[in-house]
Amino acid sequence: MADPNLQLDIAHLLAGGLVLVSFLLLYQNRMFALLKVFALHSLVLAVAVAWQAEIQGAPHLYVTAALAVVLKVVVIPVAFFGMVKRLGIHRDIETVVGIGPTMLAGMGLVALSIVLMLRVTETADFLAREDLAFALAVILLGMLMMVTRRNAISQVVAFMSIENGLILAAAGARGMPLVVEISIAFSVLVALIVIGIFLFRIRERFDTVDMHALDRFSGERL
Amino acid sequence: MSALPVDPVLMVLLIPLAAAALLIFVPSYSLGARINIAASFLALLASLSLFAVGSSAGKLLLLDELNIVFIVLNNFIGFTTAVFSASYIAHEVEINRLTPRLLRFYHAMFQALLCTMNLALVANNIGLMWVAVELATLTTILLVGIYATEQALEAAWKYFILGSVGIALALFGTILVYVAARPVLGEGLESMAWTVLLTRASGFDANLLNLAFVFLLLGYGTKAGLTPVHAWLPDAHAEGPTPISAVLSGLLLNVALYAILRFKMLVAANQNAWAPGTLMIAMGLSSLVFAAFMLYRRRDIKRLFAYSSIEHIGVATFAFGLGGPLANFGGLLHMTMHSLTKSAIFFAVGHIAQGKGTQRIAEIRGLTVTHPILGWGLVLGVAAIAGMPPLGLFMSEFLIVGTTVAREPWLAVPLVGGLLIALGALILRLGEVAFGEPQGRAAPIQASYVPLFAHMGLVLVAGIYLPGPMVAWFEHVAGLLG
Repeated sequence: MADPNLQLDIAHLLAGGLVLVSFLLLYQNRMFALLKVFALHSLVLAVAVAWQAEIQGAPHLYVTAALAVVLKVVVIPVAFFGMVKRLGIHRDIETVVGIGPTMLAGMGLVALSIVLMLRVTETADFLAREDLAFALAVILLGMLMMVTRRNAISQVVAFMSIENGLILAAAGARGMPLVVEISIAFSVLVALIVIGIFLFRIRERFDTVDMHALDRFSGERL
Repeated sequence: MSALPVDPVLMVLLIPLAAAALLIFVPSYSLGARINIAASFLALLASLSLFAVGSSAGKLLLLDELNIVFIVLNNFIGFTTAVFSASYIAHEVEINRLTPRLLRFYHAMFQALLCTMNLALVANNIGLMWVAVELATLTTILLVGIYATEQALEAAWKYFILGSVGIALALFGTILVYVAARPVLGEGLESMAWTVLLTRASGFDANLLNLAFVFLLLGYGTKAGLTPVHAWLPDAHAEGPTPISAVLSGLLLNVALYAILRFKMLVAANQNAWAPGTLMIAMGLSSLVFAAFMLYRRRDIKRLFAYSSIEHIGVATFAFGLGGPLANFGGLLHMTMHSLTKSAIFFAVGHIAQGKGTQRIAEIRGLTVTHPILGWGLVLGVAAIAGMPPLGLFMSEFLIVGTTVAREPWLAVPLVGGLLIALGALILRLGEVAFGEPQGRAAPIQASYVPLFAHMGLVLVAGIYLPGPMVAWFEHVAGLLG
């Protein structure tokens, strides 16, 4: 690769793309669409990580990218498609706050993370700098999504989009040991098992995965 | 290294791991319970033999004066909880709340939890430590949801959501620490090792460290149950099996606090960074005061003591935030005493809830009449947790309050206020539960009293007389914490 500026620009484009897809995730109000956008989110992540592998000359990041493609672009969305179908919940997702306020809050979070990270990381190298800013934006958007959703499956999707943001951050930190990335992929797997059990059991007991149905038990019971 | 044939640092990890793998395949729950006890005992012996090793630092594992205290405490309470758990689950099987198949899973997860907590404590790598805490979270989520009642599932779900947000924040903080370390230390595993990071921290970028510490404090603070991010804790304590409540309060909170302490040492080693203590003081005090008020409105006995855990973790965090040899000494002692006392209380409460068939405080009355041994055990435990002399927590609270008054008198006001408010709530509840008009079932319970009174005995002895070598050890560690 010849032009270092071009390399950086492409890296930023991809990381920015991930933030954009996070926004798309925020306002999906149908299950299938949500899962498709999540697959796209993971695909953009995989490309971004693969690009980092290329420009950093770090072959282990290709493994991370491949794991993202296999697990989060294919296996998990397909599994969730099946689950959604079986549960018969391809109807609308109720969002707690309207789309407008949610998008505004999301923009605020992105601005916050960019201002914060760029100011703090003046001494770090360019690659890590902007990548960290975008990664924090993705993480915060994922958290925003988590609190605006009630459905258990969309909360899990929000959780996985947070993990995508973390992987982006880890990939941007040059030379970060593989230990962490494998662990992330691993934890997603374990999380899936946990969630599988819970969705299964919640469904078994309540005939719904709407977490709102559980809310009446929250806090103290008399 | 030592003259021992096998590295005991590895043994504290391998014993529980092997036990977990074995327990999955043991069909009989009573045999499983015995294996669980035996494995925990072996792990305790292994952890005690760590004293012979002294300190060692490898690529991934680390043993020093700080974590050895935590490891021994971890394995000791792991062992006593296993003993308690054996009689607890026997009753749960009798009343059909748990099936032998679930218990196989329960025992395996119990050992897996001990293994991951030990790993988090001995990890010499900030990434590895994060992985261990994450795995410990996952096992406890599964254990909290094991009864599969509506409440248990809701508690587990809440724990999952909040726990994973916390763990995500902690990982982001970990990455930031690496980013700060990389320009100084270069790439690779070295730049994530505690031993290396600590010696070179003065050269790191101070702004990055500040930001990283905020994320780490919020992230691991979620696991420790500090106030703005504590919401999972009372539910998880109340709805899971009681041995798990004991381990959560007694051990997992400590592991999270240990992580915060390590990062605090790291940030404090950099002169240009903010003093990390201020944030810890703020979070600690708000946890204390908030939890103290929340104690008054509790109607569920396990929830009551869960809030009391938030309170005491708040006190310990405050003490460590204040820093200095005396406050750190108080914080370490407080943490140790709280772990022993709180798990003892949960041992008593577990049997009481089984005997009375309810966790509602209103239906548990006059315990000293209906179940005198348990009742008085609980009275002793609550007296200790409320900070009554001459028990161990009085000593530690006295130290912490004393040094606060001497150094930051204004901070002593909320500190003492919070402690007194909590004391009032506990006395109020204890009066009803222990000495009220006897109510509910009075049938005798098959209980194991040994773990309960062993813990309380230690707390009592520590309150009256701390052996010299132990004091010296704590003083040394307190000095290290800065």
